[in-house]
Amino acid sequence: MRHTFVRTLLDLAKDDASVWLVCGDLGYSVLDEFAARFPERYLNVGVAEQNMTGVAAGLALSGKIVFTYSIANFPVARCLEQVRNDLCYHQLNVTIVAVGGGFAYGPAGYTHHAVEDLALMRAMPGMMVLAPGDPAEVGPATRAAFACAGPSYLRLGKGGEPTVHTHVPDIRPGDAIVLREGMDVTLISTGAILGEVVGAADRLAARGIRAGVISMPCLQPMGAAAVWHAAARSRLVMTVEEHGRAGGLGEAVAAVLSMAGVRPVALEICALTSTVVNVAGTQAYLRRMHGLDADGLAARAVAALQDHARER
Amino acid sequence: MRAVGGNASDVRGLAARIRAHALRMVHRANMSHIGSCLSIADLLATLYGNVLRVDPHHPDATGRDRFILSKGHAAAILYAVLAECGFFPVSWLETYCQDGSPLLGHVNSHGVPGVEVSTGSLGHGLPIACGMALAGKRDGENHRVVVMLSDGELDEGSSWEAMLFAPQHQLDNLIAIVDCNGIQSFGNVADVLDLHPLDEKWRAFRWAVRTIDGHDHAAIEAALSAAPFEHGKPSVILARTVKGKGVSFMEHQLAWHYQAPTAGQLAQALAEVGDQA
Repeated sequence: MRHTFVRTLLDLAKDDASVWLVCGDLGYSVLDEFAARFPERYLNVGVAEQNMTGVAAGLALSGKIVFTYSIANFPVARCLEQVRNDLCYHQLNVTIVAVGGGFAYGPAGYTHHAVEDLALMRAMPGMMVLAPGDPAEVGPATRAAFACAGPSYLRLGKGGEPTVHTHVPDIRPGDAIVLREGMDVTLISTGAILGEVVGAADRLAARGIRAGVISMPCLQPMGAAAVWHAAARSRLVMTVEEHGRAGGLGEAVAAVLSMAGVRPVALEICALTSTVVNVAGTQAYLRRMHGLDADGLAARAVAALQDHARER
Repeated sequence: MRAVGGNASDVRGLAARIRAHALRMVHRANMSHIGSCLSIADLLATLYGNVLRVDPHHPDATGRDRFILSKGHAAAILYAVLAECGFFPVSWLETYCQDGSPLLGHVNSHGVPGVEVSTGSLGHGLPIACGMALAGKRDGENHRVVVMLSDGELDEGSSWEAMLFAPQHQLDNLIAIVDCNGIQSFGNVADVLDLHPLDEKWRAFRWAVRTIDGHDHAAIEAALSAAPFEHGKPSVILARTVKGKGVSFMEHQLAWHYQAPTAGQLAQALAEVGDQA
């Protein structure tokens, strides 16, 4: 994902001389080409995220289109007030790029898990929140952030995420991407967990359960129309996110479903009930531990559908 | 584009007028921070009177000098100097902190001509100024970026991140002014979190440092005109100031970080600052 991001950014920078890349001393072997091709628009501020974000604001106030780049929580939580006051209050075209969404840095431990980031960024005024589901979504998500006049957050995986889409999708603010329609359950996910979600839909299909899949790379503004659509067609809506339950995709979808005029539908939220993890684990292990792997998600959908049928 | 003020006597008059405005504003609004306003009155009057190349008729002109008041709680006196210089009508000052006014209690750039950046939480101004100065350098522009900090503000770690950054990138178009009034929210800087020796700290961070009397207009102008003090280095002016300067019963008093003057205190204060209105 990060390589797709950098390739897209190189394209943007080639065509627009106001594009800058500012990193917080992270991006070894990833950012080198940008630094070599555009040294006047590349900046490593050092291990100093508050200054990185403030400097980005100063650059943007001078007419630059800035991407800040770091990993996990560092460009988000460490400098949250700079994000709020400097970027959002002034509605500057700065995109915060965080590599390592969810458990991508699994064995590195909780300090390196970005599992509250979506909630923090959703709460920021005027922030476009982007979490591409696979490498194919990264290019259009990066371009959407570039085109957005205000601040954006771009949550990436790390590397090696499966490519789900057969073509590069369009990503516009407030749009979602429908991969499959399903009458029994619609799975809605955000971020790089999309591969697990499609795997879960395959497992459900094998059991004769018609499962739809919607990828929601733009979490804010929210793809409400896709949620209404899912509610209208399915018996169950199940959200999936590699993120804590508080303030994430599930709660955002619940808010949409609670709106007047939306057909009542059962909602199952698959998220982390506790974000703190005290054991080492690969991303696959930690997803499995939280029931967010394809098998766990399929089982969850089956159980939820059975509960739903019993209640009726 | 030129400095909007005029000669040195005008600067003296400007300093007196903005002190008076600020006193009336905080009295009317019953707001805090008059002591922090008065300590920077002479610095602001000199900056806007004789130094900054800004144009009140074209506040967004390219090539203008940038000024950031990082100690955003001293908003009242920044609004006062901008109004006096013609960025917006002096009558706006009466709306300070009134319902619906853009003149917020902490510096607001939204709808206030001449304000570059909204501030209020400490430790934000210097990083932003670094970004502006870097953009100016790399774009080959020759404007200067001036940022004013408080001494108490230097408790914030973000300021020190930026202090490392500016010399690394040889931002000699950047001038930091520290309003060294020696008092922070809860007491004397020396007692709360001592900055001494502050000049040596900046010097060790590879800034060019000058210490001046922050109420001496000639000294302020001389220092600002001499910057950059060293080619290739950012400049910092440590301005020795008196919190509450110009009003005898406010000078050096922590209480005036919080209190607003009563009607009687206002009358005495206005008389002391030489209010002509």
